[in-house]
This record gives sequence, structure tokens and C-alpha cells, in this order.
Amino acid sequence: MSALLKVEGLRVEIARRGRVMTAIDDVSFEIAAGEILGVVGESGAGKSVTGTAVLGLLERPAFQAAGRILFDGRRIDTLDEDAMRALRGREIAAVFQDPLTSLDPLMTIGDQLTETIRTHLDLTQAEAVERAARLLAEVGIPAPRERLASYPHEMSGGMRQRVVLALAFSCEPRLIIADEPTTALDVSIQAQILDLLRAMCRERGTAVMLVTHDMGVIAEVADRVAVMYAGRLVEVGPTQSLLAEAAHPYTRGLMGSIPDMHRRDVELAQIPGSMPRPDAPVPGCAFHPRCGQALPRCAVERPLTFTAGASEVACWLADPAARSAA
Amino acid sequence: MSFVLGRLGQTVLVLLVAAFVSFSLFRYVGDPVNNMVGQSASLAEREAMRTALGLDDAFVLQFARFVGNALTGDFGMSYRFGQPVATLIAERFPATLELALISMLIATGVGVPLGVWTALHRDHWLSQALMAASLIGVALPTFLIGIALILFFSVWLGWLPSFGRGQVVEIGGWSTGLLTTSGLRALVLPAVTLGVFQLALILRLARAEMLEVMRADFIRFARARGLKPRAIQYRHALRNTLVPVVTMIGLQFGNVFAFSIIVETVFQWPGLGLLVIQAIQFADVPLLAAYLVLIALCFAVINLAVDLAYVAIDPRVRSGGGVRGTV
Repeated sequence: MSALLKVEGLRVEIARRGRVMTAIDDVSFEIAAGEILGVVGESGAGKSVTGTAVLGLLERPAFQAAGRILFDGRRIDTLDEDAMRALRGREIAAVFQDPLTSLDPLMTIGDQLTETIRTHLDLTQAEAVERAARLLAEVGIPAPRERLASYPHEMSGGMRQRVVLALAFSCEPRLIIADEPTTALDVSIQAQILDLLRAMCRERGTAVMLVTHDMGVIAEVADRVAVMYAGRLVEVGPTQSLLAEAAHPYTRGLMGSIPDMHRRDVELAQIPGSMPRPDAPVPGCAFHPRCGQALPRCAVERPLTFTAGASEVACWLADPAARSAA
Repeated sequence: MSFVLGRLGQTVLVLLVAAFVSFSLFRYVGDPVNNMVGQSASLAEREAMRTALGLDDAFVLQFARFVGNALTGDFGMSYRFGQPVATLIAERFPATLELALISMLIATGVGVPLGVWTALHRDHWLSQALMAASLIGVALPTFLIGIALILFFSVWLGWLPSFGRGQVVEIGGWSTGLLTTSGLRALVLPAVTLGVFQLALILRLARAEMLEVMRADFIRFARARGLKPRAIQYRHALRNTLVPVVTMIGLQFGNVFAFSIIVETVFQWPGLGLLVIQAIQFADVPLLAAYLVLIALCFAVINLAVDLAYVAIDPRVRSGGGVRGTV
């Protein structure tokens, strides 16, 4: 199976006041056509930066220092701005965190939809309006034709995120980078938006890179999960097996921190300490200072990636050589 | 529509308050009778004058008379010139208004595009040069700019006149210098002098607002939608910077009137500024009161225009919501 999106050895650096910090370090992953990949981690782990890099929207002082990004077999990280722009919104669309600020407050949602559609597709204004109304209906906005004339401030947060979804799907992209698409919404609305996103993707075979810090969201919609920590990928695997038996101590820590409604007596597990910041990198495995099972080599050698069950995990504990020696 | 009516009501109220303040304040600034009669005038003569001018009546009565007359365009006789205030002002007002409007037009027409350009090309050498120049523009005193321009363009190069208004044309009681070559030539230096400070200010604000908006989420999302840079910069970013910029332009109009006193002095521009300086020296109450009411009226009209501009720019105002950047 050839991957729709292939990220290889991605490294993003931030140059600030003569110092170079590493935000993303040697990250590789794939997303197949129609697949939903959840990218999870604490804030600052580099999830959003990875999504931004795929969109080609890294801005100074951040820049891609190494690695390749391939979309549909074609290298896109070296495309010039015009070629990349033609891809954005057309083949790779985005949904951002805050629907209240994602839309231009001074323009009707109809105009925002038609301008996106007409930028990428060769349609007349009337055809674009028709398509915009159909999209609004599809994302579950009542009276879509009348709603085209509405301004963003006339809609609720949930409605606006539906509009953002309509914008993302407006040109039938093959990949959507969804960066915390439900984080800013009420819990009751979150589920609706997630269901909508999943349903629309399944129907169209659209792949999603779903960036979130919420394991619950991942469990709900993702086919596979990539766990990031301090700018590195620590574990990638199918959602079910990863939820059932995480191989990396950090992933297990994350699982332990999900509240369980049925067991109120159990104290919520925490991972002690905090994630190293890019300006103070940790040698060896970035997680070793917080890891209860750290080996001596974890503080010195950066872990290689091993296969553990259905997952790929970057941890010395999963080293077959170490395990057989023990 | 109710928005406009409400605004008009407020405007009337503001004008009444302005009239009251100006009238009551200047009643206590010196005794005009002292200035009008000679040193040798007897007390009886002074009293007779006081009665003739209506200065004996109760304060409220005087104010009511003032407002009533003002509504019919009658601001009384100037103590100094012995002519109707309305006539004096009508002669001078066009000159000042034209000066103020043209200088604001220059400041806005040059300031906004340059501000936007410097925001979009932050690292360009020209952009940094413009920012430095705008600092100088904000810092230089107006009279100095005027004198420097006269020295350069009138004295050394001899291109433009250094004083006066040139030839004017009367159109329905309004004397305009905008229709004759000499009038336009005479307008250039004073208008530029008056506009430099505003231009620098507008440039800096437009740049700051543009930079701010370009960082906004909806601009990032617009880029993620693959829109063309021109569409993002002009259709989305620029429109969103306009509300604060329009607010600022409205507010600055008041300063333009204030600074016009200096510019009119430097260029011997026959406008209200020159008239007012003389009126202040003479405690010419009717003239000063009328001037202040007129300035308040100008402010009110400009603010009304600014409010209407908000309505045109920002749909959130139309639906009665709050608006960012109002002062």
C-alpha cells in the first residue's frame, strides 16, 4: 500500500537570537489514503508544528532543517510558494482549533466559501454558490441558502466549526490537517463535530491527520495513533492495540491520566515532572528523566525504533537484544 | 436607520453642551467692556455699554438667547470688529476647512498605503527608511516644517508661493481656492505642512494594525485555504485594519483644526485660525463662542461620518454588537 502522505526524518528548527533550537527531531510517519491518524502529545510536543510543516506554512523563525515530505508520491516540501498554495485547500486542507477566530469577521460565510472554491476550481460564481449551499447543508447547517449571507458573529461556536469543516471539504481534498478541531468547543458539541468529521471523511475517503492532546478524541475516531514527546515520535500503532497495551512508558503514562467515570475512588495517575523545552534538550531519550523504568543507557543513547506487537516504539525497553539479555 | 437617528440625537446633545461650555467659560475670561471702551470712560458709560450688549441679564437668559440666535445663524456682533460674527466666520471658514480636508486627504491617501506596504515588506530597506522618516514626522514641530518648506520651495527654488491663498472663486457664498491654479499652488505648502504629522501617525498605525491582523488566526486559515497572497492581504487583512484607522482619522481631524492655527500663522493663510488668535487676545466672546460651537459641529459631523463608516465596514456594528478599536 503506498502512503498518501509520507513524512521522512522531518526536522524543524527555530532560530532565535542566534540560537538554534530543535522543535521537531527526526519525525517519520505515513498516512494512507482515507486513514485517520491521531497525533497525540502534551502541548509543546511538536504536534501542531508537524501539521504546519506538512501544510508548508512554517513561518520564521521556524524552518524545516531536514527531512522530506511526500504527498501522493510527490515531494512537496521543496515546492515553491505558488505550487504549494495551489495544493493547500485543494489537496491538503486544514481545520484549526478556534472556530471563533478562524473566519474573517468582516466577510459572509458564503463569500468565504465561494472565494475558496473559485480559487481552486474552475467554476462560475453561480456554480460556486450552489456548491457552497450544498456544503453547508452537508455539515448540518439548517437553511443553508439563507445562511450564506450570514456573518461569522451571527453563528455559535459549533456552527462556525461546521462552516470551517465546509471550507476544509469545499474542494474535496484528499488530506485534512485537523489541529485540535474540537478543543475550543463545549463537550456536547465536540462529539457532534467529531462524528461529522469522521462521517464526511469515511464517505469521501479523505485522510486526516488529527492533532490533539485528548486521548478520548483519539480513541473515538483515529485508525492509528502517533504519540509525540518533546519533538520526537515515541510510538506509532493501531489505535486498538495501542490503547490496550502501550509499549512506551510515556504512552502508558498518558493512558493512566484519562479519567474513568466508573472508578471515582482511584486517584488519577500523573506523569511526574514536565517535558523538556526545546531550548534545554535532554541527552539520550527525552523522556528518561520522568521514566520510572529508565535504563542507564537511556540517559546516554537516543533510542532506536523497534517493533513491539503492532506498534513501532522508540524505547530501549523494547530492544529485543536487551529483552533477551534480561 | 435607528442607529443613525440615535447618533443624530446624541450629536444635538453634544452640540448643546459644547455651546454651553464655550459660552459660560468665556463669559469669565476678561471683561470685554474694558477692551471696548477707552481708559477714560466713566462708570456710567461702561454700564450703558454693558446694558446695550445684554451683559446685565441673567446667565441663563443670555445662554438661551445665544442658542436661539445661533440656530438662526446669528452669533451676535464681534466686540473687536463690530461686524456680525456669522459674516466673519463665513468669510474665513472655507479657507480653513479646505486646508484641513486637503491635508487629511494627503495624510490618509499616502499614509494608509505606505503603512500597509511597510507592514508587508518589513525587512525591505525602504520600509525601514520610511519608519525612521515617520518618527521624524511625528517629532518635528509643525511650524518648523512650514518654515523649512517655505525656505526650500519658495525662497530657494521659487516654485510655490509662501503665503496667502491665491485666487479664489465664489460659489454660492463659498470661496474656494481649489478651482484656480494659483489657489491650488498656494494650498500645497500649508496642506503638506499640516499633513506631515498626521501622515506619519496614520502610517505608523496602519502598519501596526496590519502586522497585528496578519498574525490573526483567520489570516493563517486563509493561507491554509490556499488563497492568493493579494486576496489575503487586501480582501482580508486590509479591511480588518480599517476600523481602528478610520477611528484615528476621525479623532485626528480635531488636531488638524488645532494645528491649523499654527499653519495659518506661518503661511498667513486667511482662515479661522488667524481670526481666533486675534479674538483670544481681545477676549472677543461672541467670536470665540461661535468658533468653539463651529469646531464642535465639525467634530460631531466627522464622528457621525466615522460611525457611518463603521457600519459600512463592520457587520458586527450593524447588528448592534461591540466593535474593536472604538475609542
